[in-house]
Amino acid sequence: MLRMQDISKIYRTDLIETHALRALSLEVRDGEFVAVSGPSGSGKTTFLNIAGLLETFDSGTYELDGRDVSRLSDDARSRIRNEKIGFIFQSFNLIPDLDIFDNVDVPLRYRRMKSPERRKRIESSLELVGLAARMKHLPAQLSGGQQQRVAIARAIAGDPALILADEPTGNLDSLMARQIMDLLEKINAMGTTVILVTHDPELARRAERNIHIVDGVVLDAPAQTPASQRQTAAHAPRAAE
Amino acid sequence: MLGYYLRLAVKSLRRTPGLTALMVGAIACGIAACIVTLTVHHAMGRNPIWWKNNVLYAVTMDSWDPRRPYDPDRPTVAPSQLTYLDATYLYGSDIPQRKTLLAFVQGALAGAPGQSAPVWAMTRITTAGFFHMFDVPFEYGGPWSAAADQGPQPVIVLSHRENQRLYDGRNSVGRTILWNHLRFRIVGVLAHWDPRPRFYDLTGGGSGDFGGSARAFVPFRWGSMLHLFPIGSMSCWVAPGAPPLQTYRDLLASNCVWITMWVELPTAARRERFLDFVNAYWAQQHAAGRFQRPRNNHLWKVSQWLRLHRIVSNSSRLLLRIAFAFLAVCLINTVGILLAKFLRAAPLAGVRRALGARRGEIFAQHLVEVAVLALSGAILGLLLGIAGLAGVRALYAHSYSAYGKVAHFDLIGIAWALALAGVSTLLAGLYPAWRVGRTSPARYLKSQ
Ligand SMILES: Nc1ncnc2c1ncn2[C@@H]1O[C@H](COP(=O)(O)OP(=O)(O)OP(=O)(O)O)[C@@H](O)[C@H]1O
Ligand SMILES: [Mg+2]
Repeated sequence: MLRMQDISKIYRTDLIETHALRALSLEVRDGEFVAVSGPSGSGKTTFLNIAGLLETFDSGTYELDGRDVSRLSDDARSRIRNEKIGFIFQSFNLIPDLDIFDNVDVPLRYRRMKSPERRKRIESSLELVGLAARMKHLPAQLSGGQQQRVAIARAIAGDPALILADEPTGNLDSLMARQIMDLLEKINAMGTTVILVTHDPELARRAERNIHIVDGVVLDAPAQTPASQRQTAAHAPRAAE
Repeated sequence: MLGYYLRLAVKSLRRTPGLTALMVGAIACGIAACIVTLTVHHAMGRNPIWWKNNVLYAVTMDSWDPRRPYDPDRPTVAPSQLTYLDATYLYGSDIPQRKTLLAFVQGALAGAPGQSAPVWAMTRITTAGFFHMFDVPFEYGGPWSAAADQGPQPVIVLSHRENQRLYDGRNSVGRTILWNHLRFRIVGVLAHWDPRPRFYDLTGGGSGDFGGSARAFVPFRWGSMLHLFPIGSMSCWVAPGAPPLQTYRDLLASNCVWITMWVELPTAARRERFLDFVNAYWAQQHAAGRFQRPRNNHLWKVSQWLRLHRIVSNSSRLLLRIAFAFLAVCLINTVGILLAKFLRAAPLAGVRRALGARRGEIFAQHLVEVAVLALSGAILGLLLGIAGLAGVRALYAHSYSAYGKVAHFDLIGIAWALALAGVSTLLAGLYPAWRVGRTSPARYLKSQ
């Protein structure tokens, strides 16, 4: 699904250069459920943004779904985001003055889908997250957990091949967090690749595979040894700032 | 997609009603100001015979007193009328394709069926060229012949209104009527004709540029035949030691200017030739002791003629400039507000970008919002503008000022103003919409 080779990303401001990623290499197979952890500032979000074509990178190669996406135009990247990728953010990022239905509708609109098709998809994805009855509510009228479920419905409505979730449970209590995790597992079980960034070891343990990013590189990515990697992560130095 | 963008635009505008009202109000005020001034300006400045602007010329020569200019405020400008001597001499030229002389005399009309007493009728003495040159429309009959000018023959053309009054609007061609106690044959009746401004005679029969019009027309030479003094505009100067005017013959030989002259010169070459002719006449007269002021012979196009007579008053032009400056200020304010509003909502644009919206789609979405704003502003501005025009009319209703008469509903002017304002608002919205379209999809998503 995703193959990154020596990806590096440098943020430049007038005063400093931050090496957010340093020659990061990683492969994720179709249908995998990968949890990414690492200390704050280690480059997890940067990695996810690059994986989701939200940001460009400075060097390295990136193949998504068998296609080299290193040098695509902005429009082509938008199109891939729209068709292949679903995003879930820590702060939900729903559009406040659109109701739930219209929020889930947003990515489908940019795909120029016909109205009946959109309705069908919106309804079925809201059903999957258990919010079919709340379609006419505004985001502010829902709890945090419910809002995140709307965001999940929005991410999956377009039937993407890859779901990218950046600390989706970061703003939720543990019960809600577990519900969200259940949903992500359910979606993964239907064949969608999921990459989840999380600080929560309990949630990470539920993933098929654990990856640690420290100081902009993947520390080590053997599939079976999540516990030892957590140890390493805890003592890793912070990324240069 | 357009429907979707429209829905988003309305939602966005309703989310900030105060700001929206402010922007719509600002655009509307700017547009209304432009509509009012543009309409007034357009009505006052328009050229009623624009299609002949390059062939019709008013003729002026500076025959005025060598000791002082005709118009002390504009010393380089010659009188806009000619003396009898000069007008009749220049009229003798064969160079123009057509030519005409214009003046006003008082006439008394009598003898129409059922008419109990004579009526005064301001009469234009002119030549047949007048009707041809200015494309004067006839309801019945037509202009008199060139031979009638020569005679002069007793022929008369009635205005539409006069024919209405004397003959109930029936075809009176062929009938005879008494004009100043002489029997005149009616050869033509004008259709309704009231070009504004009355470009061909801006000295206008004593009632100003936009004043009353002639009721009857007779060949020019009847004026001198019957010793009729001109009414309306006549200015005279007397050389030191010269005797005062006493007889009609004195008037014809005098320095008084009272005749407007127009010539039709279809080509630049003819124009040059005619000007040479005028200059040669000037030189000859100058040598004989007349024309002691600097040579100032001029042929004026209609548009120049209107400008010379300040038909488009400077105040109207200034107002127009102020109105457009005002619109610009309104638009700049709107751009500022839009920019602030769009950039504050940029995180949402970022979310849309992340979900797959292309730059162009974000741009289009916001441009549609601007268009909705522009349209609302334009509609409100139109209503305000119409109210404003009514106000101008009411304000000047009882004065002779041109404003009151011309500030009528001018569809074309208003359409122009609206189109202009709509386009400029859209242009003004381009930058804010473009800015928000450049929103990077990752920019606002990282912050938690
Ligand atoms: N837009 C930016 N401009 C400059 N530096 C940035 C920018 N975004 C991230 N960085 C820097 O890049 C490094 C990696 O940031 P990133 O957000 O990927 O960390 P993270 O692993 O997601 O951290 P956290 O766990 O706190 O979310 C940090 O040092 C951060 O300060
Ligand atoms: Mg992060």
